[in-house]
Amino acid sequence: MEDIIIRMVNIVKSFPGVQANRGVNLEVRRGEIHCLLGENGAGKTVLMSILYGLYKPDAGEIYYNGEKVEIRNPKDAINRRIGMVHQHFMLVPTITVAENIILGQYPSWKVLNDMPAVYEKIEKLSKDFDLDVDPSALVQDLSVGEQQRVEILKALYHGADLLILDEPTAVLTPQESEHLLGFLRQLADRGLTIVFITHKLEEVMQVSDRVTILRDGKAIATLNTKDTNPRELARLMVGRDVLMDLKKKEGQPGNVVFSVRNLRVTDERGLLAVKGVSLEVREREIVGIAGVSGNGQSELALALAGLIDCEFDEITLNSTPITKKDFARLNHMGMAHIPEDRQKMGLILPFSVSENFIAETYRDEPFSKRGFLQFRTINDYSKSLVEKFSIRCGDVEEEIANLSGGNQQKVVVARELDRRPKFLLVNQPTRGIDIGATEFVRQQILAERDAGAAILLISTDLEEIFALSDRILVMFEGKIMGEVPPDYSLIEQVGLMMAGKSAVHA
Amino acid sequence: MDLLPVVIFLQSILAATWRMATPILYAAVGEIFSERAGVLNIGLEGVMLIGAFAGYSVAYESGNLILGLLAAIASGILSGLIFSFFTITVKANQIVVGAAYNMIGMGITGVLYRVFYAESGRALSLKTFAPIEIPFLSQIPFLGEVLFKHNIMVYATLLLVPLATFVLYKTAFGLSIRSVGEHPKAADTVGINVNRTRYFAVIIATTLAAIGGAFLVLAYADQFVEGIVTGRGFIALAVVVFGGWSPWGAMGASLLFGIFYALQLRLQAMGNIMIPYQFLQALPYVVTVLVLIGLTKRRVQAPKALGVPYK
Ligand SMILES: Nc1ncnc2c1ncn2[C@@H]1O[C@H](COP(=O)(O)OP(=O)(O)O)[C@@H](O)[C@H]1O
Ligand SMILES: [Mg+2]
Repeated sequence: MEDIIIRMVNIVKSFPGVQANRGVNLEVRRGEIHCLLGENGAGKTVLMSILYGLYKPDAGEIYYNGEKVEIRNPKDAINRRIGMVHQHFMLVPTITVAENIILGQYPSWKVLNDMPAVYEKIEKLSKDFDLDVDPSALVQDLSVGEQQRVEILKALYHGADLLILDEPTAVLTPQESEHLLGFLRQLADRGLTIVFITHKLEEVMQVSDRVTILRDGKAIATLNTKDTNPRELARLMVGRDVLMDLKKKEGQPGNVVFSVRNLRVTDERGLLAVKGVSLEVREREIVGIAGVSGNGQSELALALAGLIDCEFDEITLNSTPITKKDFARLNHMGMAHIPEDRQKMGLILPFSVSENFIAETYRDEPFSKRGFLQFRTINDYSKSLVEKFSIRCGDVEEEIANLSGGNQQKVVVARELDRRPKFLLVNQPTRGIDIGATEFVRQQILAERDAGAAILLISTDLEEIFALSDRILVMFEGKIMGEVPPDYSLIEQVGLMMAGKSAVHA
Repeated sequence: MDLLPVVIFLQSILAATWRMATPILYAAVGEIFSERAGVLNIGLEGVMLIGAFAGYSVAYESGNLILGLLAAIASGILSGLIFSFFTITVKANQIVVGAAYNMIGMGITGVLYRVFYAESGRALSLKTFAPIEIPFLSQIPFLGEVLFKHNIMVYATLLLVPLATFVLYKTAFGLSIRSVGEHPKAADTVGINVNRTRYFAVIIATTLAAIGGAFLVLAYADQFVEGIVTGRGFIALAVVVFGGWSPWGAMGASLLFGIFYALQLRLQAMGNIMIPYQFLQALPYVVTVLVLIGLTKRRVQAPKALGVPYK
């Protein structure tokens, strides 16, 4: 048998306004774990969707076991024993695990009278691979991790010997990710070939035999993992040296811009999620709030942004006391908010890039005059922002849903920062985006501080907190446990505070 | 007090209930297929009208009820193809196409009826499907009258509902339909042809709706009149929702409608009641909606992709 299971030659694929793949070459060896590394928007998903028959390439050839093939639809792919676990799961929530697994496998007129045998086969596979999948469960009742196991089992059930996984760890907790990587290694040891899409360098180093780096729709290089290192991978992926440590000037805090005393917020279950938080943020200062996710940070951010109800003794912005009535106008009072979930809160997904840019200001001059939108102004303005923030999109009329996560986040950041806020509330600014975009967003936040803004940064990423903050507050169970300077030698202490131990001063 | 008139009154209402529910049930069971596949067809009323007219004219001209029924089925398939072409292939808005179809159905059948029948001076009634009295069972007091003296199209619903349930839940086709209306992309990635599945589901829906329409002329009234469907297509849409997108649920909901429809007919016939007949006519519609709102505790979710064209 051929040593190379898949060879993709000169694959080209364009969408209106975007060249997703521009002549990609890829070779995958039988039995290896092959990482496909690249920033968001590099073309990884599109390339693998072509292999799986979801898209038809504009040009290029695919060889499977040395034989030239045309994969016209997913059925072709499944018949050739190619399986794919998509980034957004392809499971029907309202039917059972077993029904999802046999979906599409029988001719229409088939009566489903062999379900006991199907159950048995699923249970056997599940046991064999230690996947712990219950065939009779409804998919909608399963956790994200369980659904992913169902997806993997579905591919195995269909007899896959090439398994593609598209950013499988993005939805998992660190422990689950660890477990998954171990599991993939097991699969490879049993002879399966695995293509693993990711933008996380550590995962590449940890799990793969070889890695192909994709950038701007081109395959830049294929390397043996043991002959490379994260720094080289990062450089290949981004196309230049990445400043893993940001240059941060000493902060020069000025007057207090924003302060809150004794903030109390109840969450949607009616429990007190923020239990009397007081803090202040000064000009030219970034105050970081560290903490394990779910300790009241989301509620804190939503309350400060005026999006959910809360109680407080006093809030001031630029020395003006704020009442609840002012909440609706906060963004006209010099405050900007980069929310935690760009897709649910930061953006209107079916709208275009430019419509999202003016989402808060469309009623104001110069974007609107006498009730009419000024399209030329809006267009020029949007183009200038796209350029300034190097946002990768077809054009400013493109639907924002089509952009990669990193580029979507840049749109939010561009919109909020361009209003030159006095006070900036930032929640999880780089979650789920690639290192290039991460670096860019962090630099923008720092630049904003240096330009005078007061910034409250909430993040569960300690690295980010230490890299950006001038002061660090640690939040645990709705309370501020204490304050720490951003000195890396204190990272352990911060970790303890995040787990609920009060600050101990050495 | 003498109970006999009350019993007779009840008997007559219940005897009519199933018959009143039948046309709605056909249309609703069909629409369940369509909606489960993600296509909302509010043009049922028009489809039923066309089915009624096709059934009537062919049965009348040929003197053969079965031919009439086949004509209705053919009209239903044609309606389904037209509706699918615009909503699935062209991806036009389903509400707009459905609304248009209602108007077309009304217009076409109205015109054709006037041209060929209303002013022709012919005797327009035809001989409908006769009631079949089930031996022995139909002799049972009360129940015999209520359950065992119906025509073939009414009895057929006893087959229709379990059969539809079986197809939806126990066949690969049914599984495809349910998936395509819930998460079409997922169905696509395992090799199901989403649009083709939807075509079939819509054609099933319109065919059953056309049969429901034909019932009105072949097994209920004995002739066509303009607008004979009188909103039953819309009631069927509501019945689908209240029945939680399941055939048995639809059966329950349409029987409920049937009871009140029969009741109001009886009340109208009694003539000595001081309620304007318009109120009586509205009764089954209003009561069905109110009762079902009260009964439906846990709201069943509509198919996720309902009304959304695929790719
Ligand atoms: N269906 C689509 N329509 C239009 N553009 C698309 C589509 N799918 C992907 N793209 C664009 O193609 C490029 C590559 O996307 P993708 O392969 O998803 O990137 P990634 O490497 O993050 O998986 C991006 O610019 C994306 O916006
Ligand atoms: Mg991707």
